[in-house]
Amino acid sequence: MLNEENLKKIEEIGKRYPEAKAALLPALWIAQEQDGWISEETMKQIGDLLGLPYGHVLGVVTFYTMFNSKPLGTYHIEVCTNASCQLRGSDKILRKVEHVCSAGAGHTSPDGKWTVNEVECMGACGGAPMIAIGEEYYENLTPDKVEEILRKLP
Amino acid sequence: MTQTEHYILPDIPEYHRIDVYESNGGYAAFRKALGMKPDEVTDEVKKSNLRGRGGACFPTGLKWTFMPKTSDKPKYLAVNGDESEPGTFKDRQIFEQNPHQLIEGILIGCYAMGITVAYVYIRGEYGKWIKMLQAAVDAAYEKGYIGKNILGSGFSTEIYLHKGAGAYICGEESSLMNSIEGERGYPRIKPPFPAQRGLWGCPTTINNVETMTNVPLIITKGWEWYSKIGNVKHPGPILVGISGHVNKPGVYEVPTGVPLLELIHTYAGGIPGDKKLKAVIPGGSSTMILRADQLDGVCMDADSLKAAGSSVGTAGLIVMDEETDLIRILSRLAKFYHHESCGQCTPCREGTGWLHKVLERFEHHQAKTEDIDLLLDIANNIEGNTICALGDAAAWPVQSMVRRFRGEFEKCLAPASH
Repeated sequence: MLNEENLKKIEEIGKRYPEAKAALLPALWIAQEQDGWISEETMKQIGDLLGLPYGHVLGVVTFYTMFNSKPLGTYHIEVCTNASCQLRGSDKILRKVEHVCSAGAGHTSPDGKWTVNEVECMGACGGAPMIAIGEEYYENLTPDKVEEILRKLP
Repeated sequence: MTQTEHYILPDIPEYHRIDVYESNGGYAAFRKALGMKPDEVTDEVKKSNLRGRGGACFPTGLKWTFMPKTSDKPKYLAVNGDESEPGTFKDRQIFEQNPHQLIEGILIGCYAMGITVAYVYIRGEYGKWIKMLQAAVDAAYEKGYIGKNILGSGFSTEIYLHKGAGAYICGEESSLMNSIEGERGYPRIKPPFPAQRGLWGCPTTINNVETMTNVPLIITKGWEWYSKIGNVKHPGPILVGISGHVNKPGVYEVPTGVPLLELIHTYAGGIPGDKKLKAVIPGGSSTMILRADQLDGVCMDADSLKAAGSSVGTAGLIVMDEETDLIRILSRLAKFYHHESCGQCTPCREGTGWLHKVLERFEHHQAKTEDIDLLLDIANNIEGNTICALGDAAAWPVQSMVRRFRGEFEKCLAPASH
């Protein structure tokens, strides 16, 4: 559930738009920043806040790839495998990530440390191949570099 | 004409800071515009021949004239920074290196069209770059360039950033508006066009980030100066993102009209290992693939690429050497369009997945001869039969690949089919 401070933040952001519904994506982002994912209770809370049925909120959450309706591992590793990254060896990067994290793409490791996802183009084609860990981009990678980056994470 | 100076990504250290931007003449264009009549500003942009940098190359000034001059409803500007087309990574450079020129362009556009609120829609993956642009917007608010009664002119406008959440389709202008409104990113049927009924049913213009970053140049230096940069029918500086098999991938600012082969061999340092070029996708994944032997004299501008059988798109040039498995690339792109189809229109929702399945058969050498024509048949039945251009964007790579590289498909047939 959203805390008081974040509820106020959403109210403030709502003033940017002529209709309350437009604050939905910003509100979902705030919720996800707070908890790492968006629970059914939080979706209902946001729906009540903005005057939207739960079904609408759920519909939006499930439409957008970046909203998580389930908790993720401590680190979310996203590996781009689209054309420009594929041309520069993203296959090997993905295999290395899966190996180091003990989690296949689309899964979370048994210890809950890693969630690995194969993703669409991240807009880093000039630094291909790349991965993102949370908001941070890591570009111009080799399998060795990826391993080094991942092993350094506490 | 060779452009030596950079206008969109200038080589000035710390240019993203407002004080550095101002001391290099920043915000002078906006001050100048405030002294002109709004129509004069639009006219200047129209005469410059600036064409949109988001993919469709639509004349920017003309688009601005579609907005009603008087309106009892508010008018909106939506700036498209969704940048999700595979092979495209140029707007990110603007957020990072030159955010104030973008803001200045937005302000000039708002003044010209009588707009009081602008939303900049940026893909959610660019969290870091959203923060960079927000810092620049905050600095511009502090200096009084954005807000109420700007610089004592009586003109007021607000700029807000709106963060996307991982949906390629939201780069399509009508789904972008739905996304701002708090909806799923479903494209809308046109007409009505955004200038009549856009955000919340009000007149709206949607322009790309790079397009708006060009606007201050036109106001400062005049339309005549601008219209002489690069190709006369599609002038100006353009950011070309070069990726794939080149020695120096990255974003290069060049005048329009530079030959593709020069971009590959001179700017991007050629192909690693001195391998031969096999093919390019010239303007992001939705543009038609070209064979290396089709590239003589082909330049990065709208007419030249159209004549060659492709398009400029977002100028995201993907380079592929002689050893590239084109079927795998195409199959990966088909998977992308299937994933990103919003699901509203049956031909796209079903067709993109079907294309991917058939292409997987080629990838695994399990295809039959008739599968080649099946690919074309599916693609032809998607093209033109959907609300938005995502369907076309999914069909074109397949159609062009079959036409231009049929041999690649024939090599991937199941043994019994040979």
